[in-house]
Parts: sequence; C-alpha cells; structure tokens
Amino acid sequence: MKKNKPLVKLNNAGVYRDEKWLVKGISLEINKKEIVTLIGPNGSGKTTTGKLILDILQPDEGSVSLNTKQIAYVPQKINIDWAIPLRVIDFMNITSKLDKSKIIQSLELTGVDHLIYKNLLNLSGGEFQRVMIARSIAKQPELLILDEPVQGVDFNGEIKLYNLIKEISDKLKCGILLISHDIHFVMSSTDHVICLNGHVCCSGTPNDVAKNPAYIELFGETAASAISLYRHDHNHTHNQDGSISK
Amino acid sequence: MILDDFFTRALLAGIGMAIVAGPLGCFVIWRKLAYFGDTLAHSGLLGVTIGFILNIDLSLSVFVISGIIALLLIVLQKKTKLAGDALLGLLAHSSLAIGLVFIAILTTIRFDLMGLLVGDILSVTINDIIIIWLGGSLILLVLFYIWKSLFAATVSYDLAKAEGMNPDVSNYIFTVILAGIIAISIKMIGVLLITGLLLIPPAMSRNFSNSPIQMMFFSIIGGILSVVIGLFCSLELNTPSGPSIIVASLMLFIISLFFKKGMTIVQKSKI
Repeated sequence: MKKNKPLVKLNNAGVYRDEKWLVKGISLEINKKEIVTLIGPNGSGKTTTGKLILDILQPDEGSVSLNTKQIAYVPQKINIDWAIPLRVIDFMNITSKLDKSKIIQSLELTGVDHLIYKNLLNLSGGEFQRVMIARSIAKQPELLILDEPVQGVDFNGEIKLYNLIKEISDKLKCGILLISHDIHFVMSSTDHVICLNGHVCCSGTPNDVAKNPAYIELFGETAASAISLYRHDHNHTHNQDGSISK
Repeated sequence: MILDDFFTRALLAGIGMAIVAGPLGCFVIWRKLAYFGDTLAHSGLLGVTIGFILNIDLSLSVFVISGIIALLLIVLQKKTKLAGDALLGLLAHSSLAIGLVFIAILTTIRFDLMGLLVGDILSVTINDIIIIWLGGSLILLVLFYIWKSLFAATVSYDLAKAEGMNPDVSNYIFTVILAGIIAISIKMIGVLLITGLLLIPPAMSRNFSNSPIQMMFFSIIGGILSVVIGLFCSLELNTPSGPSIIVASLMLFIISLFFKKGMTIVQKSKI
C-alpha cells in the first residue's frame, strides 16, 4: 500500500492563531485506498487539521506536503446566502464541470437524484449533506476529505452513507480522511484512527486506539463503555451491514 | 449623425453601463459587498479631484484611486481587528471628505459638484461612450475569465480553495474590476447612485431567477430597462437623469416583488 508517495503528509504541523495554538505537532499521512479517521472532542482541532491538509490554512510550524490535485472536500458547514439562486445541478458543477450522467449517478448513490433541479435553499440539512457527498464522489478524487459528512442525516441513512464511503474508497482507490465523532463507524471500517486533542493524542489501528489509555482518558468513562459497547456488538453490526448492503 | 443627439448618446452610454453593471452587481449582492461598492464609489470623488489636479483623464484617475482604496481595504481587513463595516465607513467617508476639501481648495476650477454626486448622463460625449463600451467589454472579459473561481469562492471559500481554485486572486481581480465600473460610470450616474445601479437590478432579478446565469441575464435586462425608462422620464418630466434611472429600477424591483408572490401562489396551487 505504501509503494507510492503518500497523497498527503503532515510533519509536525501546527497552526497558531489569536495567540494560541489551534493544533500543534500533527504528523500523519494518508495513502491511496486508505481510510484515516480523525476523532476528538469539540474544539480539538479536527476541522483545523482538515483545513491544514487542504491548504486552506497554512502551517505556522512543521510542514504539509500535498501530492495530488484531484481533491474533493465536504466541509462541515456551508451557508448559502438566499441571494444566490443555486440549484443542486449548479452546485455539483461548482469547482469543475462534471458529466451529467456522472452527476445523476452519484446523486442516485446518495439517494437524492430526485432533487437535481431543486434549489439548495429548499433542501433539508440531511438532503444537503447527501448532495455534498454526491458532489465529492462525482469528482472522482484521489483524496477525499469529509468533515462530519453525515450530520443531520437520519440514522438508517447514516449507516448507508458510511457503507457508501467505504465502497467509494474501494472503487475509486482514493485516500479518505474522515472527520467524525462517530466512534461506531470509526471502529468498523477505518484503517487508521487518529485521536486528536490539540495534538495527536494517540493513533493506530482502531483496536490499538481503543485499548490506548490516553483515548480512554480523553473520552472518559462514557467512551470506555462506548468501546465495550462497540466490542459487544461488533459482530452484530457486521450482520446488519450484510443485510443492508444486500 | 445620430450620435449628435445628446439623448441618443445618453441611451448608448446608459445601456453600456447597465450591461456591465448587471453581472458585477450580482456578485456584489452575493458577496455582500454593497457597502464595499459604496466605499469605492465615494472614493471616486477623490479620484475626480486628483484627476483635475494632475490634469489626467477622470476615468483613469477614478479607477486608480478606487483601485488603491479597494486593495488598501483588503489589506486593512486582514491586519486590523476593526469590524469590516466600520473600516468601510472609515475609508468611505474620509475619502469623500478629502475629495470635498480638495474641491473647495481648487477655486480655480469650476466644479459641478451636484453632477459628480448624482451624475449627468445627458452630457456624455462620444469619447465617454467609447470609454464605457471599451472599458465595459474589458471588465466583462475579465469577469468571464475569473467567473468560475470567483463564483465557487462566493459559495464557499473553503471549498474553492480546497479544490484547487484560486479564490484570493479572483477576489483581488474582482475588486479591481469593481473599481473599473465605478470609474467608467461615475460621470453618468454619480458617486452617490452608482451602487444603486449595481444593486437594484440584481435584487429585482433574484425574484425571477433560478440559477446564477439567469440572475445575471435578468439583471442586465432590468438595468437596460431602468436606463431607458429613467432617461425618457427625465426627458419628459425634466428630472435629473441619474436619480430618474435609479427610481425606474426601484419601480421594477417593486413590480418583481409582486411577480414573486404570484409565482409562489402558482407553485403552491400546483402542489
């Protein structure tokens, strides 16, 4: 898997704003076909790290090397002003002109193809997230960065979308960075978990992280039980996955 | 020759202005730059006086001064903690004041101050028309060139930046062409009313539009209609031309509100 250069590599990177370090000493890499998940409490610098990777923010120390230009981004939040009349189809084409068939196909994958000519303002939060995910798929990127992609999506949809993300990484052979606080998914389909709290608190395979005392300390007792919960229903989830993706 | 007629010249100048103002105005609304446009327009007065002092073409001096103020503003916005609107007010009113002070000092030159504030489209020369149409084409060409990245950045800066567009550069360029349209239209419509011509037709057009391109198209149509109606009223009722054009565009805007209401009712009855 690591034959090639990593798609992106952060080396001890940090961002300093308004007299404090938002994140510091972040080292990570994302390779092709790999799903890396960033987890951490609110304000731990997950989104900042994502923006660092995407060159939206520049590091004040350390370095970021981005080795691909085919990037798709699902930001945590987009506020579209009423004044901009924007239909789903226009939004799909916003950073690069895509094939219409490809657009329809990816909207079908996320289950919102019927909304293609709707104005973005008339979409619900969950529908808008699905459109954003569809857009990122349609771009067929080498690197896909998803910042809390399933926020506002109903529970069943959430599982389907997470499965879809897994499928995409297999199909497009792209590297995926998933920013999420959804421990459940993190445990089931991720290659590498990075637990963030202003710095990299611990990282490794999902199993390593789950056993790491720093992780348990960061997320407290609740998380410890969440892990045991995860361990408890891990097989169960797999069964359910099977029945969903039939 | 047909261009000998002052009214034909005014129409030609006004229509040229409206064609450029429509698309630019859409971006002004989308990017919430209304007050920014105002600031540039106010600084145009300073540009005019400096043009007189240095004895250079007024459009050129307005373009340079507004451009400088615009870029200064962007730099200051990044450097200071003062809120954006306060900063805009600071620059708008101080440049307007400096312009007015200069005008008072320059007693040797006879100024038509009212003309500068609200414009005098009926006095345009063939030379002015050439400037509007050539300058305007250039502005639209530049806008066409940066359109994709500017629009993406307007919807989401982060998205544009992440996916390899160049939002900062297109932002700077847009600011400069905004200074450009103020420069070519200041004589026609004046520093106080330019922003009206930039804002009102797109605001009207939003009520008819379903996509960004449509909104730009209807803005142009709305702008042209405003100019034609405004100028004819100005001729018939002997009212000042600049304000008449803006009043006409306001009328169109009000009509569009009813149209929108009608559309909503039609849509609802379909469901």
